[in-house]
Amino acid sequence: MTNDSYDKPMPEPTPDSAPYWAGLQQHKLLLQKCAGCGRIRHYPRPMCDACYSTDVTWVEAAGRGKVHSWTITHHAFVPGFRDELPYVLATVDLEEGVRMNAQLRGADPVSLRIGLPVRVDYERAREGLTLPILRAEG
Amino acid sequence: MSLREVGAVTGVGETAYSRDSGRSVLALQLEASLNAIRDAGLDPKDIDGIIPYAGAVVAEDFVTNFGIPDLRFSATTPLGGASCVAGIQAALAAIKAGICRHVLLPIGRNGSSGGRIGMRVQQMPQFRVVGEFEMPLGAIAPAQLYAPMARRHMELYGTTSRQLGEIAVSTRGNAILHGNAMMTRPMTIDDHQASRMISDPLRLLDCSLESDGGAAIVVSGAEYARDLRKRPVYVTGIAEGHPDSPSAITQRPDMTRLGLAKAAPKAFAMAGVTPADIDVAEIYDCFTYIVLCQLEDIGFCKKGEGGPFVESGAIRLGGELPINTHGGLLSQAHVVGMNHVVELVRQLRGEAGPVQVTDAEIGLVTGYGDMGDGSVAIMRRG
Repeated sequence: MTNDSYDKPMPEPTPDSAPYWAGLQQHKLLLQKCAGCGRIRHYPRPMCDACYSTDVTWVEAAGRGKVHSWTITHHAFVPGFRDELPYVLATVDLEEGVRMNAQLRGADPVSLRIGLPVRVDYERAREGLTLPILRAEG
Repeated sequence: MSLREVGAVTGVGETAYSRDSGRSVLALQLEASLNAIRDAGLDPKDIDGIIPYAGAVVAEDFVTNFGIPDLRFSATTPLGGASCVAGIQAALAAIKAGICRHVLLPIGRNGSSGGRIGMRVQQMPQFRVVGEFEMPLGAIAPAQLYAPMARRHMELYGTTSRQLGEIAVSTRGNAILHGNAMMTRPMTIDDHQASRMISDPLRLLDCSLESDGGAAIVVSGAEYARDLRKRPVYVTGIAEGHPDSPSAITQRPDMTRLGLAKAAPKAFAMAGVTPADIDVAEIYDCFTYIVLCQLEDIGFCKKGEGGPFVESGAIRLGGELPINTHGGLLSQAHVVGMNHVVELVRQLRGEAGPVQVTDAEIGLVTGYGDMGDGSVAIMRRG
């Protein structure tokens, strides 16, 4: 029962997204690449909106990107995040052309700006769940 | 083929707005509906179409409680806060097709005493993608999901928190004048600036209320609207619009543009008017920034100029475009924007009392929902 003290929202992986979540466990950010036309898409989903293929390969992202926008959260909407306040949620343009969202750790709020270079890192949230985080590129 | 003048809003109704209604959601919706139906001079058994807000209450509940003998049309338009105005489009389409004459659009909820927003949205299918990929990271509530849109607007265009504050302050002023509003204490820009940060740049006073209450309207075919109790308010232009990347704001090509930007030109073309013709507008205001962005997406000002536009006093009563004359979701109550439709109809009937916009003939109402869905209706007094 001790593990069930985790009081944050848990993802419920689907057949479409299971490789993404499994990749995070191995500290890899995996993106879907359409096997039909080669387009990279995110978040994981069944179909390519360009060619309608459902065949994908998974490619490992370089893990580098630039801040597109952000918010600094001061209010915990569920109790599990109370101890982390305030935290920065950054939306990031990855080199692969898609965006990701994650907590940006260790950045001075006044340093935040569009285009700030960041890199992807990983953090074990609980047994069986690793989440992506971001760190300002040094 | 167009929905222009196909129908009119013939009845509007509300319940009292409170923090704890002590009543069931269905009871709230029935009271608001009965008020709207009687406002139109109709009997509940005249209703032959129902578009409930997607949720706990279904069309069958109204058939059961009103004894409706021949319901011919029911549907839902699950666009979150854009549902109510999108529902008017669905009602008009059904009327135009000859399926029904008088469509009831009810909404009501115990948004304060019941489930709070952070937990509530997790149940909505429109939040499924965000639920899997963003909520586990700590991006849970709409304030957190929407704040990056506001932040990017600020970074690109120099929009300020004080400018967002002007929206909260002017809306509060309207609520106080209006009389039927939850928030009755005057607010200044300094009050707004002193309110605690929720998810930067959105402060507490940038956020809408959580309310218990209900509101409803009746939309009738134009040929039936003429002979009813109140002056009809005709719908001259209407559209819904879905943004690119409608499941996650994170992936949106242009984060400062909403689905409304696609819908508004269609609605204006249908109505044959321009933004300059609008006398009064009720703009969906779940957050102050969402108002500012919609003002731009509609074309009341250019993209990026929403801050100076609101700061000029344009949106105040007596300004060039009074908005949210009832106090909106920010200060009247959060009933998912049906109160915006109710208020616009009252404005165009000349029934708006202390917040009446002088000679209001043409008005506009919007909805905004989920990850940026938009809806807009342009109406004229009959």
